[in-house]
Amino acid sequence: MAAIGKIGFLGGGNMAKALAKGFIAAGLTKPSGVIASVHPADKISQQSFQGLGIETLVENAPVVEQSKIVFISVKPQVVPQVLSEIKDLSANKLFLSVAMGITLKTLESSLSADSRVIRVMPNTPALVCSGCSVFVRGKLANDADAQITKRLLEAVGTCEQVDESQLDIVTALSGSGPAYVFVMIEALADGAVRMGMPRDMAYRLAAQTVLGSGHMVRECNTHPGQLKDNVTSPAGSTAAALKHLEQSGFRAAVAGAVEAATLRCREISSKPT
Amino acid sequence: MAKLDERIGFIGGGNMAFSIGSGLIRGGIVKPSQVLASGPHLENLSRWRELGAVTTDDNCEVLEHTDIIFICVKPHMLAPCTTQLKYKHVPSAKDASKLFVSVLAGTTLATLEEKFAFMDSASLKMIRSMPNTSMQVGEGCTVYCGNSHVLHHDLEKVHLMLNSLGLAQQVPETMIDAVTGIAGCGPAFVYTMIEALADGGVKQGVPRQMAIQFAAQTLLGAAKTVLLTGKHPAVLRDEVCSPGGSTIVGVHELEKGNLRATLINAVEKSSQRSAELGKK
Repeated sequence: MAAIGKIGFLGGGNMAKALAKGFIAAGLTKPSGVIASVHPADKISQQSFQGLGIETLVENAPVVEQSKIVFISVKPQVVPQVLSEIKDLSANKLFLSVAMGITLKTLESSLSADSRVIRVMPNTPALVCSGCSVFVRGKLANDADAQITKRLLEAVGTCEQVDESQLDIVTALSGSGPAYVFVMIEALADGAVRMGMPRDMAYRLAAQTVLGSGHMVRECNTHPGQLKDNVTSPAGSTAAALKHLEQSGFRAAVAGAVEAATLRCREISSKPT
Repeated sequence: MAKLDERIGFIGGGNMAFSIGSGLIRGGIVKPSQVLASGPHLENLSRWRELGAVTTDDNCEVLEHTDIIFICVKPHMLAPCTTQLKYKHVPSAKDASKLFVSVLAGTTLATLEEKFAFMDSASLKMIRSMPNTSMQVGEGCTVYCGNSHVLHHDLEKVHLMLNSLGLAQQVPETMIDAVTGIAGCGPAFVYTMIEALADGGVKQGVPRQMAIQFAAQTLLGAAKTVLLTGKHPAVLRDEVCSPGGSTIVGVHELEKGNLRATLINAVEKSSQRSAELGKK
């Protein structure tokens, strides 16, 4: 496969750091193949990148000039300003924006007419290389761009292409989803502690249980309903617990959460920026 | 279809008995002349006679003159019925070969053996079954278990009869209350669902009769799909729910309304009640 050119990060937040670390760990690039622009006051980001052997600059322009692939990882509010800064330098580059809520339309209209843009939506577990990312191709992004994007994001988890119209739902599911699961892990642990288990053990077991279940759904070619059945012996403890969940409206609560998050996403993106 | 030569008796010729008896006759398992049904009022047994079966108002006649005897009285009538039978019964060599099949909900083998002890408990062959009313259309769901004197060929004959009226399966007696909750009482839950679906349809403008018919056929079709494809219901459900489509919003309403928990509770309560009745 074609070698990936220099990768630049505009903005050095946690996601940028996680991605850079992941790319290097996966052998997709070397520290010298990455460059980042970090706000002068952000000593922590500076140190993290430098700790990885990555050069950091305080200006966006030189990062763009030196890179073939540019991650836009500044805070969404700052994006318009950054884009206008680099517009004249944006020809013949692939821009990967991880900025929440910034549409392809905004990105494409703010950069040069021939710039290739891809929106990327990773999620926080990318920080531990268990991310769930999606990407949306801009008008001019070609197949090679899509392939490179997928390769890069697969360094920190899974990655698939979606249509921009699906992004609100993706955000509600895999973007916010970790929060729902964190709540569930807390609650599982609470239940165990209530019944006499030490707290730290409860968190470890709860987290691994969730992790393992996720693996099973991804690896086994089996419907989750069937997987549930396989764990639920007649008159057993699982059946008693599931009854409790059903009575408590668990399914509706979780499905409703995804619905509520999606609607809120749509609300936010329909507000004029 | 295999046939039986035995004479089949029904002590208590009510709805459940008639579902079974008429089904056996229509299915050609037995000839009408092989069937004898009893009840307190001969006038109420006319539908049996219309099929060509024989009727009597004397329970004891059924006991004496048939080989496989279905006990179909209401559970609270079991004691008075067996007291009367005991009083009138003349022990005979044929007693040991008789096969009893009870359809009394919640009535245990132990209770049945006790009530029929006058038939020589050392050899009494008793099968407890839990059928359901859908036997009347040949789509029954019956579970059964036999006492210690029941032999393999007895179970085979009973299986032949009950399976010709739908689905029949032998289970341990300990499972019967649980199955009662699903299959015994289940038709009532499903009738409620059909009614409610139809209500929904009528509210949307579908004429009542059409709505009922469509609701019923939808249930029938879905049930058949589960039974014939062997696919997990969750898989089948997914297949109907296209992204952002009309089905998934309806399904979401069911989840919000806690349909699953409600059904789980219904089965639980019915099973518990069945067990309670069995202890009385």
